[in-house]
Amino acid sequence: MKTSELIAVLATADSAPVRPAAPANRIASAALVGATAALAILALWLGFQPLAAAAGASWFWMKAGYSLAAATAGFLLLVRLARPGARIGFAGAAVGCAALFVIWMLAAHASMWASDDHRTALWLGETWRVCAFRILVLAAPIYAGVIIILRRLAPTRLALSGAAAGLLAGGLSAVVYGLYCQENAAPFVAAWYSAGIAGSALIGAALGPRLLRW
Amino acid sequence: MEAELKALMIAAQAGDSAAQTRLLTALAGRLRAFFARRLSGRADEVEDLVQETLLAIHVKRATYDPRFDFTPWAFAIARYKFIDHLRRLGGRVSVALDDAGELLAADNPEEGAVRRDVADLLGRLPARQRALMRDVKLEGYSMEEAAGRAGVSVTAAKVSVHRGMKRLMKEVSDEDL
Repeated sequence: MKTSELIAVLATADSAPVRPAAPANRIASAALVGATAALAILALWLGFQPLAAAAGASWFWMKAGYSLAAATAGFLLLVRLARPGARIGFAGAAVGCAALFVIWMLAAHASMWASDDHRTALWLGETWRVCAFRILVLAAPIYAGVIIILRRLAPTRLALSGAAAGLLAGGLSAVVYGLYCQENAAPFVAAWYSAGIAGSALIGAALGPRLLRW
Repeated sequence: MEAELKALMIAAQAGDSAAQTRLLTALAGRLRAFFARRLSGRADEVEDLVQETLLAIHVKRATYDPRFDFTPWAFAIARYKFIDHLRRLGGRVSVALDDAGELLAADNPEEGAVRRDVADLLGRLPARQRALMRDVKLEGYSMEEAAGRAGVSVTAAKVSVHRGMKRLMKEVSDEDL
């Protein structure tokens, strides 16, 4: 087909008006739908009783704050990556680095003053074997939702977009899991929440080029 | 130019069919130049890419945000389509190298392009490695015969051919970046 013919076909057969997409709104809605699904999976899988006890405590907000900051970093990156030609900027990286810095300072502070036995307990808690894995599982529906929306947008850097989607999914998943998780020490969060969130970003980066190609 | 294209794109998003025709026609010329610079002389590939990019620009027109410049958006899509094209080409050329003996034996104008590509790629290797690669992969000599012709041990020849293949694959895929 000649290029001029193609243009004629495109401009006549499919010329319907479109509304400029609002990537931020669409990505945020997809992530929230995914997070709701993750919450439902959590309830069916592990039960819901501890939720009320956890949600009031200050250490719940420490975990939720850190996880939400990671999700925000992924979200800020993704909004830029979803639009061709946009500069990625520093906002996402700045939020991510600040969150890591704060949680590791809290972890170092708690760890430094603890006795040797207590220190091990701070870092490993009682659930270190399952924490990162559970965060990864709960991230899956959020990642899926975000990827579906991204495919309708136009990301041009697929691995990076996949990583940012994984970071957003991992962070939100960790917020959801924090409703169940009874660990209350900053070192535990710095190690195992970070591992779950980073794992989600890595898997997201590996899948990105395959899932997002257009 | 930017202002004009941007105005056309905003009209195109609003459903103005004439604006879409003018926009895509104006872009076709610029895209042709953009791809021709990067794919010296391969006219059919250039035209394929022009069409693919025009299609993508049209289908994804809702992802253009009128608060920002239009040209960076359009050429980010062109660059993406170009990289995607090279990635697919990368896979094809490595297959073509493996089967190059068969391909070069046939006398067929389409395969002239493959022959040129293979010769061009081989030209980037050091002389001895190039001779080994040509003998083993293209001329059909056994590894022992090729090693004898080059005056090296069979093991050294195997290593050299293997490294040569790896290097060619890398060169082909590096062009993506």
